[in-house]
Amino acid sequence: MAKIVAVTGNEAVANALRQVNPDVCAAYPITPQTDMMQRFSSFVSDGKVKTELILVESEHSSMSACVGASAAGGRVITATSSQGLALMNEILYIASGTRLPIVMPVVNRALSAPLNIHGDHSDAMYARDTGWIQLWSENAQEAYDNTIQAFPIAEHIDIRLPVMICLDGFIISHSIERIEYLDDEQVQNFVGDFKQLYPLLDIQHPVSYGPLILPDYYMEFRRAQAEVNTKVSKVVLDVASDFEKLSGRKYGLFETYRLEDAEIGIVILNSAAGTTKDVIDEFRNKGIKAGLLKPRLYRPFPYEETGEALKHLKALCVLDRADCFGSSFGPVYSDIAASLYPFKDKPVLVNKIYGLGGRDYLPEHAEIVLNELVDIAETGKVKSYKEYIGVRE
Amino acid sequence: MAKPVTLKELSKKEILLASGHRLCAGCGAPIVVKMVLLASDYPVIASNATGCLEVSSCISDYTAWKIPWIHNAFENAAATISGVETMYRSLKKQGKIDKEIKFIAFGGDGGTYDIGLQSLSGAMERGHDMLYICYDNGAYMNTGIQRSSATPFGADTTTRPAGSVVPGKTEQRKNLTKIMAAHNIPYAAQASPSHWADLVRKVRKALEIPGPKFMNIISPCNRGWRSRTDDAIMLSRLAVETCYWPLYEIENGVTKITFKPKEKKPIVDFLKPQGRFKHLFKPDSEELLRKIQEDIDREWERLQKEEACFSS
Repeated sequence: MAKIVAVTGNEAVANALRQVNPDVCAAYPITPQTDMMQRFSSFVSDGKVKTELILVESEHSSMSACVGASAAGGRVITATSSQGLALMNEILYIASGTRLPIVMPVVNRALSAPLNIHGDHSDAMYARDTGWIQLWSENAQEAYDNTIQAFPIAEHIDIRLPVMICLDGFIISHSIERIEYLDDEQVQNFVGDFKQLYPLLDIQHPVSYGPLILPDYYMEFRRAQAEVNTKVSKVVLDVASDFEKLSGRKYGLFETYRLEDAEIGIVILNSAAGTTKDVIDEFRNKGIKAGLLKPRLYRPFPYEETGEALKHLKALCVLDRADCFGSSFGPVYSDIAASLYPFKDKPVLVNKIYGLGGRDYLPEHAEIVLNELVDIAETGKVKSYKEYIGVRE
Repeated sequence: MAKPVTLKELSKKEILLASGHRLCAGCGAPIVVKMVLLASDYPVIASNATGCLEVSSCISDYTAWKIPWIHNAFENAAATISGVETMYRSLKKQGKIDKEIKFIAFGGDGGTYDIGLQSLSGAMERGHDMLYICYDNGAYMNTGIQRSSATPFGADTTTRPAGSVVPGKTEQRKNLTKIMAAHNIPYAAQASPSHWADLVRKVRKALEIPGPKFMNIISPCNRGWRSRTDDAIMLSRLAVETCYWPLYEIENGVTKITFKPKEKKPIVDFLKPQGRFKHLFKPDSEELLRKIQEDIDREWERLQKEEACFSS
C-alpha cells in the first residue's frame, strides 16, 4: 500500500535509493545535494541497506569509483550538483561510452563563476551531450518516481547507459511536499535483480575494459552508441507503463498541459512548470487558449514526438533556466527549434532566460510571457527572439 | 606471511601479460608487470592509468591481459580499482562471491606522482584492500618525454630541454614512496626489476597484508633515457647500486633497507650511459654532477638513519 508522507525532494530520492538497495554508492558532499547522500549514509550506518559506501575525496573520484564498481558487476549510484558534476565531466563520457548503467540524481544548481549555490539548470545542461540519459522532475514525487524508473531504464539489455535524474536545487531538494511512497517490496520487485554483462569480478572469464580504439574502428563504435540512443524512448515508455500499473501515476517522454487545442504555448523544465500551469489556467479562464509542454526525457531528446506535439501552435516560448554563451539561444530552445524545423507550418518561436542562480520564477513572469505570445499570435510581430526575464535592467 | 618462491617455481607459472603487446623493445614496464603478476598466488584484477602500458597493451580488438583489467582515465587508476574492490566487498558480504581476489592498480609516474596523486591519496586513506604499483620511468614518456615530478634533477626532457642557459630539470624529484608511507598505510616499498627476488618477495608480502599498499618500481625507458635498447636491467641495477633508487620497505611505519650495496657506486655510473644526462658531462658541468651526488648521498644517509631508528 502506498504511504503518504510530507518530505523534501532530497529525502524522497534518498528513500527511493534505499528501496532500490544498490550494491555500491560513492558519495561526496555538495550543496544542495549533500543531505541526500547524508540520509543515504544513515541508511548504511543503520543497516537498512546492503550498500557499501565509498566516501571519496572528490566527485572526479566518485564517478571514477562508480565506473570501477559498475564494471566489477553490480548496481551503483552516486549523486551530485553543479561544480561536482562539472568535475566529473571527463568520466561522465567514460561511464556512457563503456555502457555502464550508473544512476545519479543531479540536484540542479548554478555553475561558478560567480559562485552561487542555488537552483538553475546550468549543470545538467552542460552535461546534456555526455551520453547520459536525463530524466527531469517537476517535484519531489516525480524525482522519487524517476529515480525508481531510472534503474530498469539504465539496466535494460537494449540500453545499458547511465541515467541522471534532475531535480531543482532548494526549490525541490529542500521544500517539503506531499508525496506517495511505494512499498519497499514493490520497488524491489519493480527494479528486480541486476546482472552485469561481462563483470570484471568473473575471474574465470577475464575481460578488458577501456581499450584504445584507433581511427579504424572509433567511428563505428560511436555510431553504435548513437544507435543505442534511438532505442531509449521506447524503453522509457515501457518502463513508465509498468510503473503506472504499480503506482497509478502516468509518465511519458514529456508532459503536455492543455496543449492539444492551444494556440500559444510554453516549453519549460522542472519546478517552474508547476507555476506556469497555474497561470495557464488563469489565461484559459479568460478564454485564451494557452498550453504547456514539459520535457521529461531530455536526453536522448525525442525530437519527432516533441515537434509533433508543438507544431500546431501559433506562438511558442521556450523558457530556459540556463544560457549557452556564444550561442544565440538557450539549450532547450535550440532543441525545440530543431524539433520544429521539419514542419512547414510551425509556431513563431521565442526564447526567455529565467531563474538563474536561484532567482525566483513568479506567476507574473509567466503572465508577461503569455501576454507577449498573445500579441505575437495576433500580429506575427516579434519584439525580441531572446531576452532575460526577471532581471534588473 | 607469504611463502618464499624459487625461480624454478616462478618459471612454471603462466605469464599473465601476453607477448604481442606493443610496448617498445626493451621497455621496463612489461617486465615489471610480468614480475608482479607472477608473484601473486591469487587471482588478480587490475586497473591501469592511461599511459604507455595501457595504450600498448589493449588496442581493440586485442588485449595482452589474461586477467580482468580496466582502464578508465589518466588520473584515476586508484579510484577505479577502489570501486572494483568495494563491489567485491559488497558482493562478498551478500554471499554472491566467495573467491579470494587481489586488486592491483598500475600507473606510470605521470599518472601517479602528478595527475593521479589525489585519487591515489584518497584511495590509500580510505583503506581499500589494494596494491598500487607505480612503474616509474621518470617522465611523461607516452606523450613524448615531458618532465614530471619524478624526473631527476638535470635530466633533459622535451619540456625542460637542456639548453644554453637551462641545464635540464632544475628541481628535485618528489619522494613519493615516503609520501605514501606518510599515509600510515601498512606497507610501502621500492623495488627494481634488476633485483627480481626482492621485487617478487615484496609483492607477495604486500598481497598478504590487508588494506592499502604501495610499491614504487623503477622502470627504465630507453626512448626517454636515451639508452641502449637492452639496457633496462643493467640501468635499473645501477640505479640501485648508486643508491639513486634504494630498495627498502616501510612496514607499519618501520623502515627496512632490503638491499645495501657492498660498495656504493658513484652516481655518474648511472648517469653516463643515459643520453638524457649527456650535457652534464660537458666541460664546466662538474658543479651540477657534484650537486646530484650530494643529494643522493644525503637521501641515502637519511634512509639509513631512519632504518637505524627502528633497529636500535
